[in-house]
Amino acid sequence: MTTTTDPNATVPVRIASRSTGLPAPALAGDVVGGSHLRILAADQTRSAALPRLSTDQLIDLLRQAGLQGRGGAGFPAWRKLATVAATRRRPVLVANAAEGEPASAKDRVLLRQRPDLVLDGLSLLSGALQAREVYLYVGDADLLPGLQAELDARRAVRRDPVPVRLEVAPQLFLAGEESAAANWLSGGPVAPRTKPPLVLTSGVRGRPTLIHNVETLAHIALLARHGAGWFRQAGTRDEPGTMLMTVSGAVRRPAVLEVPVGTSIPEVIDLAGGATRRLSALLLGGYGGGWISAAAAATATTSRASLTPLGSSLGAGVVVAFPDDRCGLAETARLVAYLARESAGQCGPCLNGLPHLARLMQMLASGSATPAVLGELERVSGLVTGRGACRHPDGTARLIRSALLTFGDEAQLHLAGRCSARTTTPLLPVDQEHASCL
Amino acid sequence: MPVSEAPAGSQPRLSVDWTRCDGRGLCVELLPELIARDDWGYPIIRRAEVPDRLGNYARQAVRVCPRLALRLLPPEA
Repeated sequence: MTTTTDPNATVPVRIASRSTGLPAPALAGDVVGGSHLRILAADQTRSAALPRLSTDQLIDLLRQAGLQGRGGAGFPAWRKLATVAATRRRPVLVANAAEGEPASAKDRVLLRQRPDLVLDGLSLLSGALQAREVYLYVGDADLLPGLQAELDARRAVRRDPVPVRLEVAPQLFLAGEESAAANWLSGGPVAPRTKPPLVLTSGVRGRPTLIHNVETLAHIALLARHGAGWFRQAGTRDEPGTMLMTVSGAVRRPAVLEVPVGTSIPEVIDLAGGATRRLSALLLGGYGGGWISAAAAATATTSRASLTPLGSSLGAGVVVAFPDDRCGLAETARLVAYLARESAGQCGPCLNGLPHLARLMQMLASGSATPAVLGELERVSGLVTGRGACRHPDGTARLIRSALLTFGDEAQLHLAGRCSARTTTPLLPVDQEHASCL
Repeated sequence: MPVSEAPAGSQPRLSVDWTRCDGRGLCVELLPELIARDDWGYPIIRRAEVPDRLGNYARQAVRVCPRLALRLLPPEA
């Protein structure tokens, strides 16, 4: 695997801490420059005319570039476009910035710093596809005034072929799941739907619906200006381009970074100012991602090729540095309890299995588990995997299994009634309203 | 019970719409060769591809599901 690790190709963006403990988006101007920045670069071509591309030209461009979705699933962008185009109906377009993942801030940072790129990406697609409706679906309501001003300015110069409607996404972990987002935009609840049919063929009010993460759209805007060859100058052959990452936890400068895909994990930690103390593990990909030990992270990179075989996930670029004075089992138990609460409650295995897993994890964390609990955690994790309308149970199971692997020694210690942690302060943010009962 | 092998991808596949299923269990009774029950009574598809000899039972299970949750998807392309 080729690895691009040009340190100049990186932008640390400071994230202030909010009262909720969630990483907050950086303010414009916090970008520390570098010569190979893309999305987070101070771009001179901000108001340059948009190239006009046909749907076929866009499909070719995305295919040559090898752009994969940046919302977490990593699906090839050209395939989604080709599928929606093949319906030969005027589709609905959605820019997805629901960002329900509590440890992610990159979509918020992007929308604050470069809304123009996101909207240009939407504009290219809506022009080519003659979209019927276009939505910008945003989780952070604080962004709305700025985005509305941006949209008004664009309307004055007729930059968007179809007017963009702002919609606030509810503060739910699953708000960004494609079929749940389509359901919400159709006037329904945030409830994932069984596929097929894909949202691409039947989404918002039954229309073909193309939903892209906002970062994916920003890449599309840059690709249309600079071409596929330029895009591939960063990243790996199989996973080209740069990506935004949210780095938090035990690092000196929690940040949203832009790095080439395939950057080494230690370098990502360095770019966030380095670890504040010895790390025992890292949580990658998000709460439905996976833990890896600090030792495994030393040779891992920010790519699916590196992280998936390790039982972890690249997800939407979440990196949490976990310090060795905390208990990874207690932290995982908190996260699993949160994920169980965030189940949409529609599918039996998730509705029943996730609370059961949360109880088992809590027993393990609190030292009241028998050795059989470890086997039961494995068994029930297997039982919920692949048995839902969405991947929520799968992600929860991956988190648990990766925790049992990564914190295996700690689990044995807990079975013996001990814990190596020196502090019990929770590290990772979960939803505010439930935080007191944890 | 072992199930006779057909070329992978050539058989219709059982699929559960989990948002509809509430574990009534008729499918488990009609197709014990392919479907088991989990801790909470929901079906576990042990093998999604339906061999020819079970095709009638599979179609019947789809028909009688009171929640219209069990589906037969066409063979994978």
